[in-house]
Amino acid sequence: MENRRDRFSEERRDLLGKALTVTLAGLAAGTLAIGNDRVEAAEEAAAGEKSLVPIPDVPVPVAGESQIIRMMQDLRRALGKPIEQRRWGMVIDLRKCVGCQACTIACIAENKLPPGVVYRPVITEEKGQFPHVSKSFLPRPCMQCEEPPCVDVCPVGATAKRPDGIVAIDYEACIGCRYCITACPYGARTFDFGEFYDEGGEVAAYEQVASHEYGKRWSREGDGSPIGNARKCTFCLHRLEQGDLPTCVVSCQGRATFFGDLNDPESLVHELAGKANATRLKESAGTKPVVYYLQ
Amino acid sequence: MRSGIRTLLMLLWGAALLIGGYALVLRLTQGHRPAAYGSYVVWGLGVAQYIYFAGLSAGAFILSILHYGFGWKRLEGAARPALLVACVGLIAGLLSIWLDLGHMGRAFLVLIRPNFSSMMTWMIWLYTAYAIVLAAMTYLAWKGDRRVKTLALVGLPLVVGFSGGAGALFATVTARPVWNSGLYPVLFLLGALLSASGLLLGLLAFQERQTSATTESIATLSKLAIGLLAADLVLEWAEYSVALWNGSAEAAALSQTLSGPYWWVFWIIHILLGAAVPIALLLFAPRSKPAAGISGFLVAATYLAVRLNIVIPGQITPELQGLERSFTGNRLSFTYSPAAFEWGIFLFAVAVAVGLLWAGYRYLLVSPATRKEGKAV
Repeated sequence: MENRRDRFSEERRDLLGKALTVTLAGLAAGTLAIGNDRVEAAEEAAAGEKSLVPIPDVPVPVAGESQIIRMMQDLRRALGKPIEQRRWGMVIDLRKCVGCQACTIACIAENKLPPGVVYRPVITEEKGQFPHVSKSFLPRPCMQCEEPPCVDVCPVGATAKRPDGIVAIDYEACIGCRYCITACPYGARTFDFGEFYDEGGEVAAYEQVASHEYGKRWSREGDGSPIGNARKCTFCLHRLEQGDLPTCVVSCQGRATFFGDLNDPESLVHELAGKANATRLKESAGTKPVVYYLQ
Repeated sequence: MRSGIRTLLMLLWGAALLIGGYALVLRLTQGHRPAAYGSYVVWGLGVAQYIYFAGLSAGAFILSILHYGFGWKRLEGAARPALLVACVGLIAGLLSIWLDLGHMGRAFLVLIRPNFSSMMTWMIWLYTAYAIVLAAMTYLAWKGDRRVKTLALVGLPLVVGFSGGAGALFATVTARPVWNSGLYPVLFLLGALLSASGLLLGLLAFQERQTSATTESIATLSKLAIGLLAADLVLEWAEYSVALWNGSAEAAALSQTLSGPYWWVFWIIHILLGAAVPIALLLFAPRSKPAAGISGFLVAATYLAVRLNIVIPGQITPELQGLERSFTGNRLSFTYSPAAFEWGIFLFAVAVAVGLLWAGYRYLLVSPATRKEGKAV
């Protein structure tokens, strides 16, 4: 009996060990593959040139499967359409947001954001009085408004609405007047002052890594763009065009953020944005955001 | 002017240029990093000083038009100095806003790829057209050419549009309830006239060569300044009282102006030194040139406080409640006080303006005969 239990334990340990090894190897290989893919794309892309890679295949979703897989499929379907037929949108379920701020940090890591620049802060609100208190969280990306006030005020037309609805900044044309920042009713734009987290001596290596916003390579050197520019969330346009979901969606610990094509009736966001409890921020401002909140 | 005072003024000017020059070097080598504004309060002293100088320029130009365009003889003594102030204000304003841009090398893009749905574009284009008319008018006025009248009348709608347009640049920002007021274009136009009247009053009262035309212009500008000060205060009262009465969206920011940490900017600098003292001096010592001069300089100098109280309060209220605590950092704050560097840039612009004014007085306003005698106008 004792021997059988030992042998069983040994077999189980062996099996678990092998499974772990295979999983880790798979993960490492996957990470390396993704990493190499990105690195190669980055290496190939000189400043101002496109740094896109072919869209990878996505598993076919089955009923009850992960919403991430469904959203990736939605994304793939949208990318197959002409750009003017897409309308990217986001839905954030406030009942699921746990206020972990993983999206804020993932966004900073993805877009290599310097001090003073933030694309997706999470606003925390405390309600009630002890002992009846509660906390609510509101992640605030760029609303990618259908009537964006930031576009109208830009004196050189450096901010424009793309056919797919994303409000984009032409970093090479922005004069840094900051008028658009004052015009945003959501405080969704910030200014790149050219600062680094390591102000003491040498700029740390992690701060010298280029970002790939708008599908181009941007190194923060000297006083060149994006230093001296207004900056904002792009729904991770550079990831979308590679077939990846925005980083805030995949990093969301509460699975509270959803993304897809609002023009596609089969997409998850289309379904969620049509719910009775879907609202938008500052409706009275008339900006028509494409970010919906489920209350 | 007594040589002692002249030396003191020269020393002050030299110090301003030196400190300002150092700030300029910092701006050119370190960009915006030494500044105290951030990603939420994005417009600071630099923008306030731009609308201040641009207002001085526009106001002075309108005063010169009263003489050249409408034949006001009473302002004959002020007409040429007004054109000089208009030119200098324009240069100092342009310098201020150029140094405030994130990419100074791209400023020309506003002219080659303009977006006319932006009030800023309109303001810059009107500013450029105004600069051309001002240069032409100054040239014709100095030559004594009669066509100056036509040009003055052409320039009037342009300068009114430019000055009011600067107000509209703020007023059309619906995201900022403090700025989003129909009063702003009018306030800007009025403020331009008031600050320019004050500066000209100061310059005329203290210039060495006094003629009957100068005396008449001082008397006229004094009356104008009192009237404009009263109108300015009435408009401010309208703006503040209406907002505070019902506690509208802008009430919190305006309350900060009146009773926040910088209450003294409004009450001491603007109301006391910029309005009450000048009005008292002008009313109780109407024939005293020094009193008129001091009043004028007080009005002109303190008007920067009015400009700051337009630019800053509009940005101190978070667009979304709690945004100020959501992700913090030095640049992510809704409070602002200009850094020494920004005051340095302001001093540089002032030193350039004063230097140009002095050169203009010395070489443009003095007749060759008087210059030989070593007298300034």
